Amino acid sequence: MPPIPLPTAVPLTYYLILSAILFALGVAGFLFRKSLITVFMSIELMLNAVNLTFVTFSYQHKQVDGHLFTFFVMVVAAAEAAVGLAIILTVFKNRGTLAVDEIDSLKL
Amino acid sequence: MLDTIFFYVFALLTIGGAIATITRRSAMHSALSLIVSLLGVAGLYLLQKAEFLFAVQIVLYIGGIMVLFLFVIMLVNLDQAAKERQFNRQWLLGLVASVLVGAQMVWMLNSAGVLSLPAAVPAPAATGPGNIEALADLLFREYLLPFEVASLLLLVAIVGSVMMAKKTS
Repeated sequence: MPPIPLPTAVPLTYYLILSAILFALGVAGFLFRKSLITVFMSIELMLNAVNLTFVTFSYQHKQVDGHLFTFFVMVVAAAEAAVGLAIILTVFKNRGTLAVDEIDSLKL
Repeated sequence: MLDTIFFYVFALLTIGGAIATITRRSAMHSALSLIVSLLGVAGLYLLQKAEFLFAVQIVLYIGGIMVLFLFVIMLVNLDQAAKERQFNRQWLLGLVASVLVGAQMVWMLNSAGVLSLPAAVPAPAATGPGNIEALADLLFREYLLPFEVASLLLLVAIVGSVMMAKKTS
């Protein structure tokens, strides 16, 4: 019988489940909310869930490549936030609303 | 043992903040809840020996991106929107879709055999002064090209956002 490992560390599984829950919450917010800004914040939630998965696997495999991927995701998130918020400001200036139901010019 | 307690505290911060983010009525409250959630994720990074990412998460995400969010929320007038209904017309479809995504992820983790892993991770890497040196070595040698491309991307984003936010005369 193998020795029972001491429960000193949190298993990988918990981190992955937490990250899956975080991602699902991000998807839910993205699909439910009406305000464009809150939809944008849900995207940040999903990005963070993915980052957490990267760091978890990086820790498990004792390599730092995953940290670098997370770093690059953060850089892209910063660029996306700058451009996205500028778009939100322009939409608000032109239409006076941020409700995703109202912004439907592309609809057939 | 302490690890486990801290994990649960940070996980609670993360999930609680995320739930508050997607349910709060006011966009300002949502943004503040998102900051709490990001702090929880930063704590989880620290638990997994990612000190550099912990610092970057706080400085870049909370100090940079979230402050930008708060600025925009204060620039646009959302008082009217806070009184209306908060969910869009397709919320039922959205509920089905997000439940499907969650179930799919659990199924995927399960079929990859991740959920049945033994409940102990291997011993953490040697406790030293941290892994920032290893990170820098990798970043400036193997990942030098992506690093430069990322700087170019940031430049393009700056120019693009200035062009976008400029008053059209």
